[in-house]
Amino acid sequence: MTRLRKLLATIRLPAISVLVALLVGAIVIMLSDLEVLGKIPQDPLGAIVLGVQRVYLAYTSLLMGAFGDPAKFGKAIAAGGDAVLWAKAFRPITETLLASVPLMFVGLAVMVSFRTGVFNIGGEGQFMMGALGGTIAAIVLGGAGLPTPITILGVVALGALFGAAWAFIPGILKARVGASEVITTIMLNYIANLFIFFLLVNWELIQREDRTQPISKALDKFVVIPTILPIEALRLHLGFIVALLLAVVVSWFLWRTAKGFELRAAGLNLPAARYAGMGAASSVVIAMLISGAIAGIGGAFEVVGTVKQLTTAISGGVGFTAIAIALVGGTRPSGVVATSLVFGALRNGGALMGLNTGIPIDLLFFIQALVIMFIAAPSLTQRLIRSPFKRRVKEATA
Amino acid sequence: MRLELREITKQFPGVLANDRVSIAVDKGEVLGLLGENGAGKTTLMNILSGLYRPDSGAILIDGTERVFRDPAEAIAAGIGMVHQHFMLVPVFDVIESVALGAEPTTGPLGTFDRATARKQIIELSERYGLAVDPDAKIENLPVGVRQRVEILKALYRKSDILVLDEPSAVLTPQETEELFEIIRGLAKAGTSVIFITHKLNEVLAVADRITVLRRGAVAGNTTPSKADASSLAEMMVGREVQLTVSRGASKPGKPILQVQAMNVLDGRGGVAVHEASFEVHAGEILAVAGVQGNGQTELVEALTGLRPIDSGSLILDGNHLEGGSPRHIADAGVAHIPEDRSRDGMIKGMTVAENYVLNAYHRPPFSTGGRLDLKAIAARATQAVKDFDVRTPSIDTDIASLSGGNQQKVIVAREFGRDVRLVVAAQPTRGLDVGSIEYIHHRIVEQRDAGAAVLIVSTELDEVLALGDRVAVMYEGRIVGILDAKDATRERVGLLMGGAVA
Repeated sequence: MTRLRKLLATIRLPAISVLVALLVGAIVIMLSDLEVLGKIPQDPLGAIVLGVQRVYLAYTSLLMGAFGDPAKFGKAIAAGGDAVLWAKAFRPITETLLASVPLMFVGLAVMVSFRTGVFNIGGEGQFMMGALGGTIAAIVLGGAGLPTPITILGVVALGALFGAAWAFIPGILKARVGASEVITTIMLNYIANLFIFFLLVNWELIQREDRTQPISKALDKFVVIPTILPIEALRLHLGFIVALLLAVVVSWFLWRTAKGFELRAAGLNLPAARYAGMGAASSVVIAMLISGAIAGIGGAFEVVGTVKQLTTAISGGVGFTAIAIALVGGTRPSGVVATSLVFGALRNGGALMGLNTGIPIDLLFFIQALVIMFIAAPSLTQRLIRSPFKRRVKEATA
Repeated sequence: MRLELREITKQFPGVLANDRVSIAVDKGEVLGLLGENGAGKTTLMNILSGLYRPDSGAILIDGTERVFRDPAEAIAAGIGMVHQHFMLVPVFDVIESVALGAEPTTGPLGTFDRATARKQIIELSERYGLAVDPDAKIENLPVGVRQRVEILKALYRKSDILVLDEPSAVLTPQETEELFEIIRGLAKAGTSVIFITHKLNEVLAVADRITVLRRGAVAGNTTPSKADASSLAEMMVGREVQLTVSRGASKPGKPILQVQAMNVLDGRGGVAVHEASFEVHAGEILAVAGVQGNGQTELVEALTGLRPIDSGSLILDGNHLEGGSPRHIADAGVAHIPEDRSRDGMIKGMTVAENYVLNAYHRPPFSTGGRLDLKAIAARATQAVKDFDVRTPSIDTDIASLSGGNQQKVIVAREFGRDVRLVVAAQPTRGLDVGSIEYIHHRIVEQRDAGAAVLIVSTELDEVLALGDRVAVMYEGRIVGILDAKDATRERVGLLMGGAVA
């Protein structure tokens, strides 16, 4: 009972933030609809009704795009074992999960560094370098005809290695000469991006045959990451399970090991960590290595498992969304997983919403930004949800 | 002006900080406001200075009710605050500091009229006997003079009511005496003074009337002629208090800590500790006295491995420890109660249990093979909480939510929970309630009696004199004298603290 109450208390603010953000988003949908706006002068009531209808359509599309259409589930059940119908019913929810996979990886990565007091803004670059590592491993190992499990292990290992190496640079710079990791990681993001661009147009090993654009060879020719569900059209792959496992491992590491204890101590109070005899500098480096490795694995799975080709657009801003996810998730592994799922649902559902209503997916980035803002300003959110009635009572007694 | 706070109540989440508190101070009167940390003194003064609004109750000046919505309104009403931590810009000179925010201006562009400010300030300092060089830079002034600048600042804003929050915390006994002279002079000139402190002898020395706060409520009103230290202490704590530490004579054994010609640098290229040499023997307490900022902090950091030793030697039980890491030195048997409890001694956001194992988490029984043994940690922490009388809802409570006294007990439990050869305790009772002070002192003496060498650094002369078997005094980075307890009178130690030659 107390555990349940504790859980409710923890998710209260994020949940409220999401709801308030959706509410503000609804107002924006109404006010950006020309038909609704045009109706206001003659028929304000009608305009509101129309506006509410538009919002209803938009948000139901969003939900269906993210979680699936109940009608389609019904059809699939009625038809029994028809794989196509099942695929249609399950496709939205599995795509949501798939969209959340890179968010989980980089969210966890960023979370570990935040817990150590290191503001790693370089999830983007580490993710890209991990994708590069995964690409190389897939082409070399898969091309050599090694069995799939070994190739996949190689993909994960090289992704982790590349990501960790990329994160090691700002880590050691901070530990040794006190260089601000915020600056160095951001700069390394650009370098990673341009480095990969350079390789994609100059390195025959990974460059797509007969193409001059910065795009790699099609990776599914070398190795295919196994999908989880028995239906072929559902793309959700092993990376999802690895991400969940990593969340458990990270949680165990931070709260059950002596090293994790050191990292958390350094993150909360560096002078006290020094006082207690912990090596503060090594904590920074270790946190960055772990962070980079996790982001790198995320990049490897994304490129080999989901996108199946490497371009400089592979990251798509995941490093920055991950910062928000780590913060919204309360810098806890479980929170990161949950928030990734919500953000994945928004992103995935937005496509159908755009198709049905013509509302651009940018609105969802706007909603995401609002969620982050509300979480970052808890007192604002508290005030928004406090009932005006209650406030008046308080003022009367003051 | 007569100031009255009537039935002030202020509720914070979970704490009733002020419960129908009424105080009054007349024109030309000094009111001593006495209370322990957490008794509600600061909240009351924040209400008076316009930082907080009371939930109920009224502020009356000369009988009319006033509402302060922000500090500017309180200042305009004639209330001047001198905070415990000075609010001065180091690179400004005295004139600029005093006039800041209330500058006289001249010319069409409203430029700072330095000449006028200078004249006004000199006039003020002469009228109230606040000797200060108006052109001196703040950073070059001793603390006692900085405090005068703060008082000048308040007077410059035409304050009729002056509130001094723990003004003696940073002063030598002699400087405190000078401050009292200034306060008496101000009162004679018609200023009303509220003097906030937790030191009993100070209110007895300077106040006309005394109001004692306890747990947010007024515990009593009295005057210095009707009260004495022990009756005030009893009013403050709510029970009879032992004001002196009971301890037997020390039986010093062989030297445990030997410091020879030690030099320690501060972070800015200066020398913080200069050629310090002393010994601490098994079974004795060496108390280091000194005004804050005379190298004690750096000395302690050097002894515990947190700050490099520039030259000289640090020997514990015959082994050289120069250049040892904090962990190395702790493992050699040094218990360290740090000066800044919140910054160094504990990690807020971690639980009582986690803080209890803060410097032993990496060792059995708390961890094996790099894995924490949560059961062992919980078991030991539970025992320690019981042994050291830590009042906490559970060992899984965030240490930040404990009172200062209980936080310090967790630290002491951690540091004394292993074999200790040397105790280094810096300001071990700063900011604690009387009950916790008694308890911590008792535990430190217990360590001494068990044969440990104890080094206590304190800026509270009472604490130094109560605990020290020998008393060393630091002034400007040097140890200017080491006295036996019987020779360490308040006057002698006070003079040494102010830099007089022994």
